Amino acid sequence: MRRWHALLTLVLLLLASPTLAVMPDEKLADPALEARAREISKELRCLVCQNQSIDDSDAGLARDLRVLVRERLVAGDSNDQVLRFVHDRYGDFVLLRPPVRPETWGLWFGPAVVLLIAGAGAAVYLRGRRKDAHAVAVSADLTPEEEARIAALLAKERGEKRS
Amino acid sequence: MIPEIGHYALVLALLLAIVQSVMPLVGAARGNVAWMEVGRPAAYGQLLMVTVAFGALMWAYIVSDFSVLNVAENSHSLKPMLYKISGTWGNHEGSLILWVLMLALFGAAVAWFGGNLPPTLKARVLAVQGMIGVGFLLFTLGTSNPFIRLDPAPLDGQDLNPLLQDPGLAFHPPFLYLGYVGFSLTFSFAAAALIEGRVDPAWGRWVRPWTLVAWASLTLGIALGSWWAYYELGWGGWWFWDPVENASLMPWLAGTALLHSAIVVEKRDALKTWTILLAILTFALSLMGTFLVRSGVLTSVHAFAVDPQRGIAILFLLVLATGGSLILYAMRAPSLKTGGLFAPVSREGALVLNNLLLSTATATVLIGTLYPLVLDAMGGSKISVGPPFFNATFVPLMIPLVAAMAVGPLLAGKRADLAGALGRLWAAIALTAVVVLWALWAHGADSVLALVGIAMAAWAFFGAIVEMAERIRLFRVPLADSIARARGLPHGAWGTTIAHAGLGVAIAGMVGTSAWVSEDIRVMRVGDTATVAGYEFRLDKVEELRVDNYITEQGTFTVLRDGAVIATLYPEQRWYPVARMETTEAAIHTTFVSDLYAVLGDRTEDGTGHTVRLYHHPLVPWIWFGSVVMVIGGLVSLSDRRFRIGVPQGRGQSGKAPSAGGIAPQPAE
Repeated sequence: MRRWHALLTLVLLLLASPTLAVMPDEKLADPALEARAREISKELRCLVCQNQSIDDSDAGLARDLRVLVRERLVAGDSNDQVLRFVHDRYGDFVLLRPPVRPETWGLWFGPAVVLLIAGAGAAVYLRGRRKDAHAVAVSADLTPEEEARIAALLAKERGEKRS
Repeated sequence: MIPEIGHYALVLALLLAIVQSVMPLVGAARGNVAWMEVGRPAAYGQLLMVTVAFGALMWAYIVSDFSVLNVAENSHSLKPMLYKISGTWGNHEGSLILWVLMLALFGAAVAWFGGNLPPTLKARVLAVQGMIGVGFLLFTLGTSNPFIRLDPAPLDGQDLNPLLQDPGLAFHPPFLYLGYVGFSLTFSFAAAALIEGRVDPAWGRWVRPWTLVAWASLTLGIALGSWWAYYELGWGGWWFWDPVENASLMPWLAGTALLHSAIVVEKRDALKTWTILLAILTFALSLMGTFLVRSGVLTSVHAFAVDPQRGIAILFLLVLATGGSLILYAMRAPSLKTGGLFAPVSREGALVLNNLLLSTATATVLIGTLYPLVLDAMGGSKISVGPPFFNATFVPLMIPLVAAMAVGPLLAGKRADLAGALGRLWAAIALTAVVVLWALWAHGADSVLALVGIAMAAWAFFGAIVEMAERIRLFRVPLADSIARARGLPHGAWGTTIAHAGLGVAIAGMVGTSAWVSEDIRVMRVGDTATVAGYEFRLDKVEELRVDNYITEQGTFTVLRDGAVIATLYPEQRWYPVARMETTEAAIHTTFVSDLYAVLGDRTEDGTGHTVRLYHHPLVPWIWFGSVVMVIGGLVSLSDRRFRIGVPQGRGQSGKAPSAGGIAPQPAE
């Protein structure tokens, strides 16, 4: 149901303006430039949509942004310059790859920190598993009732297998 | 009358759940067998009552009883029967009843199949399962009662979006729920083991089949959802890193880790406290997904149950379940005895690596999903975390995971020879190299990531095959001996091979369609031809048709390759006058190694042509084919006879009688 409703939202958005994402009239004649435009579009969020890039979205605003991106490219901007231009105008929210700065350090470095801590934990654990090699491994102690129970279950299973 | 019976049954189910959560627990603490035994009939009774409630709601949908508010809001008398039935769970209230039904189903399944569990553990598992039931039944009755009546009843319902009346969507939620809720049972096992104060290899063995059931269902549920997105949303996207998708991916990742760590508990009596924690966290992530989607914190445009009261109630349940079990964990986990030993380079060591990477991946998805919410709540700036973030953080974690995946099963337990294992994988290395060379030849070196991805896919697939060939000593002993060995292998070993190979296939699909898709977006007139990836799409005609409850503009494309007709595609653009909605229906022709995908767009303003989008998606069907293979792997594993008897035996010696002393530390191999 969860996904279902995200998709419902997507669908409703599609219905809001029944045209498909990138339109033929938007495309640039130069295939290399158009390819760069598509690449940049995937980095930019359609601001009025739930979680779509402007490349996937049919909303009017997404179209405006796609056209803007292409205008900047035709004007000779590099990919970074285009992204900076759009970022300056629309703020952080438009970037699907959030900028790295103190506020987002947790986001960008969090996974690496988790990996380091978990990795250190795993290393310590693995060392412990090896170091104690001479220690006596202790395990579950079974009560006599449990031993009897296991024996009974095993006997039953064997019986089943034979039949 | 029948809705009232359903309502009443729900109240009875709540009472039974209360009994189920209290009496067996007290009985187990005091050694009172009669009280412990109450858990079983209570679980059956709860299942019966919830089934009655669910059946009553479904009946109201089937007969279109619009005096029930829930039906009036979500159904229509003219809706096809399949969607009347699936409409039962196509809304917040109904889906909660489905949740509770699955919960009761798992509780009753433990009561039924748990004959080989120690009586106290079984009583405690049922009690914890009962507690979760109490929480969700209270939530349903208190905030989301589906049996509320309307007076006067409307003449007809408000219907469901016609787009959502789709077979893929009808069955997507039940599987997803079976997965989510299945992890409630591993949670109950973990909590019960903590109350018991004992985790041993037998516990690992008991918990694994349930984890397998939940994992296989969740895999299928996620796959169905992404398949629907692929064919319905009109551009062939299948995964969007949407928070709602992430909500289902996180329990899947954690559950996959759990599936593997439980093996170490079972075989080596180690990694116990971690496995318990993982079981708790997996269910907590399932609950968190529920909270995120139903509370409205994720997005303001969510049409689904955006109700703060419900959100707070689910948050309360989440905090209670997670917090309570973590406190229990903090109290009891340190006293769990550490068991068997193994060297870092060993099958167990590989499984630790698997858990390290999978839990980091889970954390990465969690951070990426929650960070914008937390930052916003703390007054920071509004940011978007989209596919570029996950591609940069999640994907690099998957590369070592898949690389190790092929090697792990070839390592011996306790202490292994890494060089030897790699040496035995020479065939997989060679075949992977061949595949990469093929990719270079066919698609060039433009995308290095795609080459790495396809290498990973081939490595996972061929690694799994080689591992199986090694096990049955294929080509080294006479074929008949190999076949005998294959038949003698435990189903668990086959399950591993199948699931790992399936993941390889799925990865190939993901890489293929992401990196090598060809598309053409253009205006076409009847008679025009467009070429995409060597396939000629000829638009033969566009006609307007009236079908049932919609009007459709249907295009006919003939697809040719080297002059020979490959397929005829009929993409449509539909108009539903009653619902006042327009939908696009993509037409897909699959050749098994790729899909041809055509979408008909609007008529151009001068009326002479149509906007069309044509795609060639290489390998894309493999995503879902591979997923299904993974599910099959899970089911084959589930059929392992070791799970039917709760006693571990020596590692993988199937066909022989298990040794009675198997529960003690593993004998040297």
